[in-house]
Amino acid sequence: MSMMELKLAFPEIFVATMACVVLVADLYVSERRRGLVHFLAILGLIFASIITGSHMAAEGERAVAFHGTFVRDMMGDVLKQLSYLLLGIILVYSKHYLREFKLYRGEFYALCLFALLGVMVLISAGSMLTVYLGLELISLSSYALVALNRDNTRSAEAAMKYFVLGSLASGLLLYGMSMLYGVTGTLELTEIANRVPWTDNLLATFALVFIVIGIGFKLGAVPFHMWVPDVYHGAPAAVTLLISSLPKLAAFAMAYRLLENGMGPLQEHWESMLIILSALSLIIGNLVAIAQTNIKRMLAYSTISHMGFMLLGMLAGDAQGYAAAMHYAIVYTLMSAGAFGVLIFLSKAGVEAENLDDFKGLNQRSPWFAFVMLMLMASMAGVPVFIGFFAKLLVIQAVINAGHIWLAILAVIFSVVGAYYYLRIVKLMYFDDAETDQAINVPMDFRAVLSLNGASMLVLGIFSNALIALCVASFS
Amino acid sequence: MLTLAHFLTLGAILFSLSVAGIFLNRKNVIILLMAIELMLLSVNMNFVAFSRFIGGLDGQVFVFFILTVAAAEAAIGLAILVVLFRNRRTINVQELDELKG
Repeated sequence: MSMMELKLAFPEIFVATMACVVLVADLYVSERRRGLVHFLAILGLIFASIITGSHMAAEGERAVAFHGTFVRDMMGDVLKQLSYLLLGIILVYSKHYLREFKLYRGEFYALCLFALLGVMVLISAGSMLTVYLGLELISLSSYALVALNRDNTRSAEAAMKYFVLGSLASGLLLYGMSMLYGVTGTLELTEIANRVPWTDNLLATFALVFIVIGIGFKLGAVPFHMWVPDVYHGAPAAVTLLISSLPKLAAFAMAYRLLENGMGPLQEHWESMLIILSALSLIIGNLVAIAQTNIKRMLAYSTISHMGFMLLGMLAGDAQGYAAAMHYAIVYTLMSAGAFGVLIFLSKAGVEAENLDDFKGLNQRSPWFAFVMLMLMASMAGVPVFIGFFAKLLVIQAVINAGHIWLAILAVIFSVVGAYYYLRIVKLMYFDDAETDQAINVPMDFRAVLSLNGASMLVLGIFSNALIALCVASFS
Repeated sequence: MLTLAHFLTLGAILFSLSVAGIFLNRKNVIILLMAIELMLLSVNMNFVAFSRFIGGLDGQVFVFFILTVAAAEAAIGLAILVVLFRNRRTINVQELDELKG
């Protein structure tokens, strides 16, 4: 192992150290000064971003370390930078929530940083071993986070369901990996792509089925979505915020690494599987979301439909499609973080805002944040000018280029169906009367970040080329 | 003489048993945890068999990682189980039905 290889993995090493430092520091910090831990975690994210930024991989560059288990390329570096940003946003939102709900404890920060480490390992995975380890690091941290509120029966139930189904998914994925290892005799993904026997290999296709199921579970695509609504509903809102956003970036990277880097030659086989997953996700996600009265469950089904959209971009298996899917994943995580941010904004000491009725008359109580929510919902629905529209447009273009016209039509139809339940929230905010006139009291940093998060929907939409160019460059 | 096929069949049987255990079990959460462990072990069986018959060591190294992760997973699973029992005084799978919609 040379110094050069260690240097490539320096961001990961730094985040791992930071997670341990935060864990230990929390022991020596009194209850009153927990803010220090928060500050330390944010500081760690800033430094991690600087470290990653100082050696950003250039367009088309691909550096490999540790016998092919670790890959550093432009897609990975861009996704990592976004993960730091996203976790920063999440930590600011969560702090307020955790305080109000008496959950403000140091382990939240340590677990978040370990989950971030898992995301980074998964993004940079070059072999099936690193894919598995990164995935488990994210999963194990999130199981613990869901059960963070130890005295809540719903949290405990959600954690148990998440644990059982998540472990089942890991098991299925591992079984597929073992078969793939048997076919090719290697764990390294690029090596697998070279060795997979091209035509009509039953065992390779068998392995592929298990791996696609594993990916489907982690993304929450129909028909492997049953855990999503229950976990979103049962987990504390701050944790739902985390698991609805950060791991989705990693799940995209995982799908790309396994399907494209590892099993690119089998594209025609996995294409048809992804078509089924994405079409079902679009249909079921959007239709069931309409029937929800609980906003967390509604956003869960909306996540399912968004993941269907993202998979649409991937199925073509070309650079344009991957760029569209990556763009979609990034935009989705920002929208989702913002939506849960507003949810936390409406929650107050011990009472979580989780019903649609809680949004009634938000315009009277806080016109600016009603507008922020309006921007987020419009972006999710895909209204032009907002960034969500361009994300959907790119994916649909990629699907049409791949020759699946009917899928593109399906995607458009169900985007329109989806617009109904997003705009219903806008209607509740602007045209219904508030049930309480209680003042909403949130700290300044929360307001600032939430405002920027909402405004980014419009700003990124107007200057959409920058983000799109970044995604396209990642796959050139 | 034991061949690769024998080991793979054993792995497949163990794997099917564990999946069946997860889906058919309607009583006890602990049985779910046992089924999950069994699933990981069946994968280990596959890896070791392939590794032995193909002649690479990667598979056996992977097994060590799976064993380690399985230990961590069991620890978290049992911790969640304790939380669940403290809150609800039951670990019956059928009674885990508070979250619906």
